Amino acid sequence: MARKLTPQGIAVLLGLLVVALAVVFGDALFGEAATARNIAERQEPASLAHPFGTDDLGRDLLARVVVATRLSVLLTLGATGISVAGGVLLGVLAAVLPAAARRVAAAFIDLLLSFPWLLLALFFSVIWGATASGAMLAVGFAGVPVFARLVNTLAASVANAEYVHVARMLGSSPLRTAVRHVLPNIVPPLVVNTATHASVTLLSFAALSFLGLGVQAPEYDWGRLLNEGAQRIYLDPMAAIGPGIAIVLTGVLFALLGEVLSERGGRGQAVRAVRATTAPKPVPAAADAPVVDVAALRVAFRTADGSLVERVHGVDLHVGDGEVVGIVGESGSGKSVTAMAIAGLLGPDALVTSERLHFSGIDMTRPPGPAERRTLGLEQAMIFQDPQSSLNPALSVGLQLREASETHAGTSRQDAARRAVEKLRLVRIPEPERRVRQLPHEFSGGMRQRAMIAMGLMGSPRLIVADEPTTALDVTVQRQVLRALRDAQRATGAAILLISHDIALVSGFCDRVVVMRGGVVVEELAADRLHEARHPYTRGLIACVPDLTTDRARPLPVLEAADEELLEGVKA
Amino acid sequence: MTVAPPHPGSPRTAFVLRRLARAVVSLAVVLVATFFLVQLVPGDPVRAALGPTAPPETVEALRVQLGLDLPLGEQFTRYVGGLVTGDLGVSVTSQRPVATVLAERLPTTLLLAVLAFVVAAVGAFPIGVATAVSAYGGRRRTIDLAVSGLLGVLVAVPNFLLAVLLIAVFSVGLGALPPAGWGGPANAVLPVVALAVGPLAYLARIVHVEMLRVLATPYVTTARSKRLPPRLLYVRHALPNIVTASLTAGGVVLTGLVAGTVLVETVFVIPGIGSTIVSSIAERDYPLVQGLVLVYAALVLAANLLIDLALAVLDPRSAIAEA
Repeated sequence: MARKLTPQGIAVLLGLLVVALAVVFGDALFGEAATARNIAERQEPASLAHPFGTDDLGRDLLARVVVATRLSVLLTLGATGISVAGGVLLGVLAAVLPAAARRVAAAFIDLLLSFPWLLLALFFSVIWGATASGAMLAVGFAGVPVFARLVNTLAASVANAEYVHVARMLGSSPLRTAVRHVLPNIVPPLVVNTATHASVTLLSFAALSFLGLGVQAPEYDWGRLLNEGAQRIYLDPMAAIGPGIAIVLTGVLFALLGEVLSERGGRGQAVRAVRATTAPKPVPAAADAPVVDVAALRVAFRTADGSLVERVHGVDLHVGDGEVVGIVGESGSGKSVTAMAIAGLLGPDALVTSERLHFSGIDMTRPPGPAERRTLGLEQAMIFQDPQSSLNPALSVGLQLREASETHAGTSRQDAARRAVEKLRLVRIPEPERRVRQLPHEFSGGMRQRAMIAMGLMGSPRLIVADEPTTALDVTVQRQVLRALRDAQRATGAAILLISHDIALVSGFCDRVVVMRGGVVVEELAADRLHEARHPYTRGLIACVPDLTTDRARPLPVLEAADEELLEGVKA
Repeated sequence: MTVAPPHPGSPRTAFVLRRLARAVVSLAVVLVATFFLVQLVPGDPVRAALGPTAPPETVEALRVQLGLDLPLGEQFTRYVGGLVTGDLGVSVTSQRPVATVLAERLPTTLLLAVLAFVVAAVGAFPIGVATAVSAYGGRRRTIDLAVSGLLGVLVAVPNFLLAVLLIAVFSVGLGALPPAGWGGPANAVLPVVALAVGPLAYLARIVHVEMLRVLATPYVTTARSKRLPPRLLYVRHALPNIVTASLTAGGVVLTGLVAGTVLVETVFVIPGIGSTIVSSIAERDYPLVQGLVLVYAALVLAANLLIDLALAVLDPRSAIAEA
């Protein structure tokens, strides 16, 4: 598939073209100026005639830098080749060995990797001596562990793919599997990393030559020119800076080539339609504010390429004191986004507009003031889908329960701690005195979710937003969590907004059910009147729930994905 | 479902023991590698050390002095035995014990590396956290782009080039700081800056990326839902969760700094073990090379072990996750 080059890609390729031209024609064009001795003009500082100055034999340093391109680049490519070849060999070997030997090989690669390249390069340059070819071998071998690890990791990821299993089942030997099935599939990332590594190699080589352990006089590469320039930096700083510029620019070009190569795919995909969002029309809150009052809520998200995708297209929602409201819908229906907008917790990439978006009379479209932060901190409780990640893994459960009361209600640490134990007991966590001191990973999933509920009860909650609170849990644990939620509601009189894809769960738990699909509310009705649902989507959802009379020999009905036809039906 | 382990201390101890065992095995591998270093030199290392014009009897005398005439097994026992008693052999060029050279020069190199590490770590955290927080909020985009672009460039400039540039600007141009030598605090400024800038930029980028990742986690959303003040949100909730990645990156930086001293000491003509190893390789002074390579490798292993131990203390979960 043809893909367009980005401006950056074009610039990189043009830069590499210049380098390639210098490699091929540099000697022919500038070789004369680079070698011609001129005693009259020796050790001149930078001037128009000699932009980098001249060396102690009167040779033009700019010409020498251009001519040195060939040796610098060719030695870099040679060393990179050694790194890649050695790395592929060692990596594949480590992948096809029997299990015990494979672990030893991986440990050996790990050990080599723990040493900085320069140490390895110095080690090898002891063996091969301070010559250009010795340095090429040294830098090349110093890069082997990097590629060995890369190949090993890539091979391990491919080795678990189905086609490799099939090849193995068909009796392909490990080596044959590696060469025929694994290697071809890791070539693209290998190419990208080769380009990036060439940049590292170039700098490494320059470093070795700079140390006097690489290219030796009378030959010269950029590292050697930098070494010579640094020795007379007081006379002519450009003598050192010139080769330095060549090293950094070429290094950056190689590194960027890696980036350009890795940008395959991702670009050129059709830009999704952008829906215009209506301008917000702020409406003053009613005197006795309902818990949740939302009118014409629209939420759009900025995508990576800068366009906007609207996910909620004008939702109205009203929750009274102590009311238990469920929002059901499939994933992508906008139910969670709506709940998070009400809680004011959407990330910075979300664009929220509405006629009204009020919680307890607080306008959630604006950043809250100090008093409003206090109200929100104490009166709003959140429970998220994944109990594994919704509690901070580094802080004790007790601290996470305490901090809202300590921050907003000025509760003392002792009082807050006592209250935390009390709330954990309320959600039926055994031994709460011991449990408050534990870290979240010492809790089971269901216990963590109940701890989240307890956390919401630490203030004086008016609303508990529970976003798929039981989806990640198994059925018996689900019941415990729902019971804790019910207890919490009875104890505090808070309203609950329960988000779920499970209409059976929602209708059993809530007073009122709001059905969302494709970013709009398709139907809203009392939980005990679900059987009167008129919208085909709601009826479909209900029909999907099997009960005792369901004929299990027949497949359950399948809902089509949200499509324009259904949405048209909504608007009509 | 994770269940509380019966003895919360035990996985951590096991982790530390495992890492210690790994360090010991690594050290053994390094010992063998440095021993064979001289054996691997193609041709006759003694002849190579003395040059083609040295008379044959001198070559033989040195061969006997270095013990290279003995059987390989006996050479190895002598090598390891010497190490245990602190005898690292005698330098061919200076005829001084390698241990004496090390005792003189190692402290300078360690001081350089530690100073640079402190500068890098102390500088990287505020920069990384501040840029991540403002980037997450979508504010000050141009400043963020400028800072991250600058960090990217600084990561890419190798330390020996930076050292030369610093000399050009601050010694040649401004005449403010000495370009070479070792002694007073003024001598340390440019070498430490040259060593620290790249690691600082690298660490700052790691902290930036990690901070952005943590700010997008559900538990930070939970903390936001409590409307905690920014201090609690970032310091209490976010920072502890970037410790593991930052420390791991810090380990890479520390070992890189140990090696970086080789180049920077050479540029600034500092009498540490870095400049010594370069001259000893060029002079083919094999006993000195052997000793210095061994010390450098041991420093790298020690730095890695240090980071592992710090991880075990600061983040018990890393130990548990590995178990």
